[in-house]
Amino acid sequence: MAPQVLIPQSADEAATLYGDGEGITVFAGGTILMPELASGRIRPERALLLHASGLSGIRSDGGVIRIGAMTPVAALVDGPVPWLLSIYATHVADYEVRQSATIGGNICAPPGRESQRGDLGAALIALGARVRSAGKGGERTEAVEDFLSGDRSGRLVLEIEIDVDAARKSGASGKRRKHAHSYAIANVAIAERDGELRVAVAGVGPTAVRCRSVEASRDPQDVLEDVDPVDDAVATAEYRRQILPLLVREALDRLETE
Amino acid sequence: MRLTVNGIESEISSPPLTPLLHVLRDELDVTSPKAGCQQGGCGTCTVLVDGEPRRSCLTPVAAVDGASITTLEGVGEPERLSPVQAAFYEKYAAQCGFCTPGMIMAATALIDRKGGPVERDEVLEALGGHYCRCTGYVKIVDAVMAASRGEVGDVQDLPVSEAGEPSVEVHGSPA
Ligand SMILES: Cc1cc2nc3c(=O)[nH]c(=O)nc-3n(C[C@H](O)[C@H](O)[C@H](O)COP(=O)(O)OP(=O)(O)OC[C@H]3O[C@@H](n4cnc5c(N)ncnc54)[C@H](O)[C@@H]3O)c2cc1C
Ligand code: FES
Ligand code: FES
Repeated sequence: MAPQVLIPQSADEAATLYGDGEGITVFAGGTILMPELASGRIRPERALLLHASGLSGIRSDGGVIRIGAMTPVAALVDGPVPWLLSIYATHVADYEVRQSATIGGNICAPPGRESQRGDLGAALIALGARVRSAGKGGERTEAVEDFLSGDRSGRLVLEIEIDVDAARKSGASGKRRKHAHSYAIANVAIAERDGELRVAVAGVGPTAVRCRSVEASRDPQDVLEDVDPVDDAVATAEYRRQILPLLVREALDRLETE
Repeated sequence: MRLTVNGIESEISSPPLTPLLHVLRDELDVTSPKAGCQQGGCGTCTVLVDGEPRRSCLTPVAAVDGASITTLEGVGEPERLSPVQAAFYEKYAAQCGFCTPGMIMAATALIDRKGGPVERDEVLEALGGHYCRCTGYVKIVDAVMAASRGEVGDVQDLPVSEAGEPSVEVHGSPA
């Protein structure tokens, strides 16, 4: 049966139509969903298309940068966002896919089969970003790592918030496949604010993860207590375990020398 | 829904989630955008949506309702090639030609964006998501740089097919 297609014209209408999300498939940029649809792997009952809902744009609001869920990844590359987020946006897909791919779709991406997704997650966790979402029980705002590790189904992401002074210093290091779409093998993002360190890793499992053991000890080897790397078409879990401590070391060094 | 494709406005009757690629090819008979991977990974389906290059296989038609679409058919004509097309011809930047529609659309948009000569690394960045299985890319990159510098002559001797020549149609062929 052809899906029912809903095209809200405002954020409020989007939240109302979404309700508790039951039977709804949210279409943002479509860069993950359209191939799924074309191959018949998904058959949406009701499709909620967000392109006209006014959820796109980056604005600064007091001490907070607010990034609408529909903001294209391309707008983060040279937009008014912290360096750490820009640098990871630069490595998402290619020029054209970044024009369609959204930040909301990036943090809501379901686990990939061949490669890991959600490359922006590590930067967002390190920057202490928060996710504002609607759904059952109304709106809520939570830390991005809580959003990622919780049950994301039933949530409509509206906005990402980042404090303007989220990072006094930041460091990044990563390993990617040498390929036009540079699929991530492992990405590390670290930010320091008021002497407090936030460390996160993406690209090694279904979602980005905050690395509290490393934050506490500053010992790169402890990253293997925080994450449990997977095997996929891009790299083996063993390889990821080997390089992760090295990448954490590199990102920590960059933080120190910045 | 409505689309203006290469200057011609049409009412669209495909279902709203149909990829723009299939609306162009199957409903409007505009067949230069090719159905390659249909997963966003190869670039041959690239068209301009309000001047910006987009993967038509990843774009639900409802999301571009009202937009102006440019495909290779809207870039030049057999007798009057655009600078990028002429450069591809002169520099032998196409072999089988399957990737060429996407390459030319992305290159055309890049040169429009920069408004002048483009550097090699800018071409690599703009065309990085486009796969070519024939040329080895060198001639493509050279062609785009030459076009951006206006280093293309008048292509006079293009073998334009005669009207009335039998056209070969293979059912189900992606071409
Ligand atoms: C060629 C290619 C290369 C790629 N390379 C990379 C890469 O290097 N790194 C990377 O991270 N990703 C990559 N991707 C995946 C993808 O493009 C990005 O993750 C992108 O940010 C997804 O956003 P989207 O808007 O297109 O998502 P969509 O396809 O629209 O949606 C993805 C998922 O998120 C859900 N969703 C979207 N928005 C919301 C919302 N606001 N609220 C609730 N749920 C929502 C959808 O329901 C769906 O389940 C690549 C994709 C392609 C095709
Ligand atoms: S067919 Fe669209 S990118 Fe390959
Ligand atoms: S010319 Fe054959 S794929 Fe590029």
